[in-house]
Amino acid sequence: MTPVATTFRPPPQVVHHHTTSEPPAVRRALIAVALVFLSLFLFLPLVFVFVQAFAKGVGFYLETLRDPNAWSAIKLTLLAAGISVPLNCVFGVCAAWAIAKFDFRGKNVLLTLIDLPFSISPVIAGLIYVLVFGAQGWLGLYLNADNPKFPWLANWLNEHDIKIIFAVPGIVLATIFVTVPFVARELIPLMQAQGRSEEEAARVLGASGWQTFWRVTVPNIKWGLIYGVILCNARAMGEFGAVSVVSGHIRGQTNTIPLHIEALYDDYNYTGAFAVASLLAFLALITLGLKTWVEHKNAMLNESEISK
Amino acid sequence: MATNRTKARKIRVLPGFKLTLGFTLFYLGLIVLIPLGAVFWKASTLTWPQFWHTVTMPTAMASYRLTFGASFCAALVNVVFGLIVAWVLVRYEFFGKKIVDALVDLPFALPTAVAGITLAALYSDHGWVGQLLSPLGIKVANSQLGIFIALTFIGLPFIVRTVQPILEDLDPELEEAASSLGASRWQVFWRVILPMLTPALLTGFALAFARALGEYGSVIFIAGNIPMKTQITPVIIMGELDMFDYGKATAIAVVMLVVSFVLLLGINILQWWTNRYNTHNLA
Repeated sequence: MTPVATTFRPPPQVVHHHTTSEPPAVRRALIAVALVFLSLFLFLPLVFVFVQAFAKGVGFYLETLRDPNAWSAIKLTLLAAGISVPLNCVFGVCAAWAIAKFDFRGKNVLLTLIDLPFSISPVIAGLIYVLVFGAQGWLGLYLNADNPKFPWLANWLNEHDIKIIFAVPGIVLATIFVTVPFVARELIPLMQAQGRSEEEAARVLGASGWQTFWRVTVPNIKWGLIYGVILCNARAMGEFGAVSVVSGHIRGQTNTIPLHIEALYDDYNYTGAFAVASLLAFLALITLGLKTWVEHKNAMLNESEISK
Repeated sequence: MATNRTKARKIRVLPGFKLTLGFTLFYLGLIVLIPLGAVFWKASTLTWPQFWHTVTMPTAMASYRLTFGASFCAALVNVVFGLIVAWVLVRYEFFGKKIVDALVDLPFALPTAVAGITLAALYSDHGWVGQLLSPLGIKVANSQLGIFIALTFIGLPFIVRTVQPILEDLDPELEEAASSLGASRWQVFWRVILPMLTPALLTGFALAFARALGEYGSVIFIAGNIPMKTQITPVIIMGELDMFDYGKATAIAVVMLVVSFVLLLGINILQWWTNRYNTHNLA
């Protein structure tokens, strides 16, 4: 039906110009509205961070970053991201493999559960770990100094001076929680769209499960995986609310970069706060750059596949 | 694809189902579900009058009104401007479009604490924007208007990114048909394009609204956190935690969690509707 109709239609370009676009004045006005809105809400804050960071000169900037407390915050942030990103990466690949390559009941429920950390306030994400590990919490009841239910565990934790809440392990756990969905959420739709025929072919031709995974699946999901890792890392390094609840706010010990920024800001050291914030703003720019680059790569990959 | 599905295999050729699903459930249980259960466990140790008294105390009630109101207004403003931004990015060409497109995701990538201190400083009485507004009698820092601005910043990408792909896939033939039948450009937009974008706009609105309800880092610096005036609900929870009153913090957290779960359910239904609408259009 359609081929006949198309022969009677005027060339599509002409139609497109006259009837499916707006007059130039409207067009220009809409572009102006969009750009003014974005400038006010996005570009201005971004520029402002860097201008404020260097308000007292490069010397003060470097001094702020070389401060031992800033340095310890940077190390703690790298540690939290260094643990949570690989863990959530493994989780994401496992979840995507199970969901995309097999049929089972309750898949939609599982998908919703994976997304759950995104719909929970960061403050509540921190709170739940306080309720599990804190003195008044679940584990607190069992490890109560006066009447421990598991004396050996309480002794062991005390002997090794291991604290979870208001200490580094709590910060790592809260960071893991808020970044759980990132990799899984990128990989699941991607692997579902790719189907399972390529892996099945590899298996039928005699490849082992691991060979199939490394030689067939990983090259196929490479860009999606990188994309997920970039976003996961950005959130892991920038998380504030959840980490703020479980951190002891001890400078030089349990402050991550965002918490150090808050501490400097609360001291009225605005230039210092913005100097440290510029690190994270720079990370955000790198994240956006990498993200755009991966999207570009992916689009080219799709195009070459279609042309094949 | 279709043939693949019809000859669905009875025997699983691919290995690792039990291992990967097992690990997925174990990890989710350990990191997400069991800790979440602690909230409901803690809440169950409260008596009903205790719980009710906490969740209805005046500061909490004021915070619900503020959080819901500001989140709703911010999401609404983003629907209008997000649609314009998405429209401009999909339909028009202009200088720097690629950079603008990439920067739309800035609120996702910029840590909330950085956004928070930046907006607070920009809109303070001596800030770049604040000093222009204060002679007009508009006070943004330490006011509800400031909270609205922070939430607008946070929510923008949700609308743009849900509307953009739908707008890209829109069939131009429908618009051509409408205009060849005599519809004006405005009628085509209002009667043809907008109805097709409605599910995506609603989904984007719901996502931005849900995110705004729980937002903490970008709001607290500009809000000033004045009790009964500019305290959002997460700040109330934080305040109870600082006083080590975990029972009260938990009770308010339960209210927020229930709202989040209802919203999550609504968003899933909306997304299902969006997808169905799309596949229907494509077919």
